[in-house]
Amino acid sequence: MTDPVLELREVNRVHGTGPSRVRALRGVSLSVAPGELVAVMGPSGSGKTTLLSLAGGLDGPTGGEVLVEGVVLGRLSRRELARLRRRSLGYVFQDLNLIPGLTAAENVMLPRELDGVSARTARAEAAVALDQVGIGELADRFPDDMSGGQQQRVAIARALVGDRRLILADEPTGALDSETGEAVLRLLRARCDAGAAGVLVTHEARHAGWADRVVFLRDGVVIDETRTPQPVESLLVDESAP
Amino acid sequence: MSIRHGLLTLLDQRPMYGYQLRLEFEASTGSTWPLNVGQVYTTLSRLQRDGLVSAVDTTQESQRPYAITDAGRAEVRAWFATPVSRENPPRDELAIKLALAVNTPGVDIHAVIQAQRTATVQALQQYTRLKNTSGGDDLSWLLVLDSLIFAAEAEVRWLDHCETRLARHPRRTAQQTAQQTAQQSTPSAPAGTTKKETVRR
Repeated sequence: MTDPVLELREVNRVHGTGPSRVRALRGVSLSVAPGELVAVMGPSGSGKTTLLSLAGGLDGPTGGEVLVEGVVLGRLSRRELARLRRRSLGYVFQDLNLIPGLTAAENVMLPRELDGVSARTARAEAAVALDQVGIGELADRFPDDMSGGQQQRVAIARALVGDRRLILADEPTGALDSETGEAVLRLLRARCDAGAAGVLVTHEARHAGWADRVVFLRDGVVIDETRTPQPVESLLVDESAP
Repeated sequence: MSIRHGLLTLLDQRPMYGYQLRLEFEASTGSTWPLNVGQVYTTLSRLQRDGLVSAVDTTQESQRPYAITDAGRAEVRAWFATPVSRENPPRDELAIKLALAVNTPGVDIHAVIQAQRTATVQALQQYTRLKNTSGGDDLSWLLVLDSLIFAAEAEVRWLDHCETRLARHPRRTAQQTAQQTAQQSTPSAPAGTTKKETVRR
């Protein structure tokens, strides 16, 4: 068995103190292997987004450990953590967080340039990433001159650029129509098939359908998960049956 | 019904033998609703009886291909022009199960809902895998798969909705308060563990 890219070990996250104390996550353990896409489903307030923030090092657990590629995030300095986030993690947020003053290509280049990659290399990588999401020809457009679906693709290209090993997505299809939304999930799936590990937080079952495993979260606790899928052939009715 | 109209629609393209019809029907629906040869010939003889198809005269062969008649073509047009009826909805086992579970003592309706949700999401994963591996050239098959996917999604959304309704319904809330009071008076049963164990399988 290959080492997991992401591992949550008995993670707890408590917000606030006293009467307003909320236990957002309680003893959650989760492991995501390379090539695996895991969906986390649950109603609002179940702890989905907290889980993703912890997995991405944007927030720290109040108990337990979060490991990315075997490194315990809590033991890293602020600087080391920022570096690991830029190099190993790609995020697709509900809010796209595109910078309006930068073109599509510049938005995608930004994390690589921050990481010390030359502008030339970063530009070449951004062109590849934008091509992968099907909008290579829009590289020089500004976000405001693009449709919602195109902006979403830029955000995804930014999450995929370089060699990110862990992709974290929070309702990545936002308000897209069902066909464009499906294209986004297809991309995420393809990236995981190519070896990345993915975590997709969603309340839509149709989107969770793209995952290898679906984990159900409720009141901060994992209450159930789907089994490893059967081979697709077993789904089809036996044609030889009378 | 769909077999009758399905076969008629295929015959509208060209005359075909029974076995060809079966293959073409299954190919266009991805074998989701397989037909057996018996069903095909029974349907064809009824269509012939109703004057919607006729057997083509061929002297040399024992089996004869079927061709659509003018009345058959009219029937095909009428079928496409008429919405599928939603009157007399088919019996829905899941709706019946939950409707009964809510009033049956000793049945944990939340466990029933979660078990179904897991199973339905798992089916969704399988349909999605089929879609992802099918390549996208076969448009008919993709439409059928999308139909299965959206129906499964609707079921999961309905299950989510049932949970919200249960949580907010005054009668259920009163029952839960009564149960909690009962549990507090018998401290040997730790609250919360039973639900978790029944939900995890």
